[in-house]
Amino acid sequence: MAQQAFAYIIHKDGVPDDTALELISAARKLDPDASVAAVIAGVGAELDAVCSELVSSFSEVWKIDNQGLAYVNAEVVRSLLVRILPKDSIVLVPHEHFGMDLAPGLSIKLDAAYLPDAVDFEGVEDGKLKAVREEYTGQVSTHIHCDISQGVVITVRPGSFKADESKSAAGKIVDKTAEAMEGGLPAGARRFLEVVEAEVGDVDITKSDVLVSVGRGIEDEDNLEIIIDLAEAMGADVSCSRPIVDAKWLEKSRQVGTSGQTVKPKVYMALGISGAFQHVGGIKGAPFIIAINKNPKAPIFQVADVGIVDDILDFIPELTDRINEMKG
Amino acid sequence: MEILVCIKRAPDTSENEIEVNRDGTDIERDDLVYSVNEWDNYAVEEAIQIRDKVGGSVTVVTVGDEDDEEVIRREMAMGADHGILLSDETFKGSDGRGISAILKAEVEKKNYDLILTGAQADDGAGQIGGMLAAMLDRPYASLVNFIEVIDDKKIKVGREIAGGNQEMNEIDLPCVLSIQTGINEPRYVGIRGIRKVASLEIPVHTAGDLGIAPDSVGDSGARTKRLDYFVPDLGEGAEILEGSTEEIIDKLLELLKAKGGIK
Repeated sequence: MAQQAFAYIIHKDGVPDDTALELISAARKLDPDASVAAVIAGVGAELDAVCSELVSSFSEVWKIDNQGLAYVNAEVVRSLLVRILPKDSIVLVPHEHFGMDLAPGLSIKLDAAYLPDAVDFEGVEDGKLKAVREEYTGQVSTHIHCDISQGVVITVRPGSFKADESKSAAGKIVDKTAEAMEGGLPAGARRFLEVVEAEVGDVDITKSDVLVSVGRGIEDEDNLEIIIDLAEAMGADVSCSRPIVDAKWLEKSRQVGTSGQTVKPKVYMALGISGAFQHVGGIKGAPFIIAINKNPKAPIFQVADVGIVDDILDFIPELTDRINEMKG
Repeated sequence: MEILVCIKRAPDTSENEIEVNRDGTDIERDDLVYSVNEWDNYAVEEAIQIRDKVGGSVTVVTVGDEDDEEVIRREMAMGADHGILLSDETFKGSDGRGISAILKAEVEKKNYDLILTGAQADDGAGQIGGMLAAMLDRPYASLVNFIEVIDDKKIKVGREIAGGNQEMNEIDLPCVLSIQTGINEPRYVGIRGIRKVASLEIPVHTAGDLGIAPDSVGDSGARTKRLDYFVPDLGEGAEILEGSTEEIIDKLLELLKAKGGIK
């Protein structure tokens, strides 16, 4: 395949995100012969640190170094990428908060196809990529045919491809700053102001050994009591999935997931949680996961060690009673 | 402020178990409960709140057919002032780019200050807002969970980023935003409200009305096409505990004790 592949690198404090090396594997799965170039926007020493860490993993590392990129703004980065990326490129971007901000518009500006949230690739034939996506929060999967002959922007789900740790590329750093900055830093119609850090709640769930985590299956705010009772009986802390925070039933600091907290307990009970990848992405450290959900098809059962198919509203009070009896 | 909200009718995943049909061509759609896509509902609520604060109007628009009118009516019952259905045989099979191109044509008929979409819908793509903004050459912010109107030229928006943090931006109008759930608490829409708008005529705009070349959208214009639906073979998954509730609890307690789950 003649199409060049690029991986957009997310980084923070001079360290590349875990997705950086995953995108290499993704590109190789797409095309085993692909030479993959990294594209990194940032400033100064932190940018250089990211570049030198990745130079042994990518055939080329393209850097764009400018004071205005100290906090990357997808609107600005998009314009810069359009200036430097060759026509018909394959551009891989992590499907996370920045990637989702950058990628759809980038595909339009490059006049490339767009393939969001890919989890696997199954080959290219006659300019058509066969890819796998999920729909309905992972309840079903789909095969997608994507015409990549005029280039493609693909967001790749974090964690879907194993990181390529081989460091076998012996690449070189290419400074693309001048080319990217031709005409100056794009005037921003969207201007970054500040990052407001998450409020710290009364319990730090990132430090909990045992989490009793509740999701949409609780149905009503009043029912939360059965979860709190169970947690108390077990000596556990209460966490939750996104819908519970959206409904303002629990504070944001108790939300597990890519948009909330990353937890690493020993035991994780997922109660009435369907198991969207954004939620599961916040569970680290390989805990023992117990899932209870009335939907036997809920994706959470794919990641859990033990599953119980039942309505939590019926099951949990009985479980709590038994634990309390046992403890006397 | 003139606000347009792009909405979609979608199966309500909190009400349905989604299954693949027998030949894998679609999901099983008999008995599905449909509603407005959850993210879109937050977007409409936000639009209504902004209008109520600074004046103007809220228009909801969807691309679809007569079945999709119900979500337009639902959001009008909620408080949107106008509804528009974009419908044409040639729109069928559109990919994200096609849907965005159709919406762009509608947007350009009027001077909207603010265009909102849901951050994603049932297919989890999260693509329409960003594509539409790029096609219109307007600034864009995704995953917006806070909006404050500064004046008629600019607004302040908060974006959801990793770790529960929030990225604050100032953005010039007109702009496009994709709205994340949790930005507000969407108001309840009762039967009575739906009844009030039941007989309203919803204007339908066709490809001809919008000046869209038929081969640029729909199946013929799509670069991404869904081939099938399937349930992936992900290995064993969880060991499902079976038996009476009492037996299940016995096994579960044993496991919890062994794994340190009960203190």
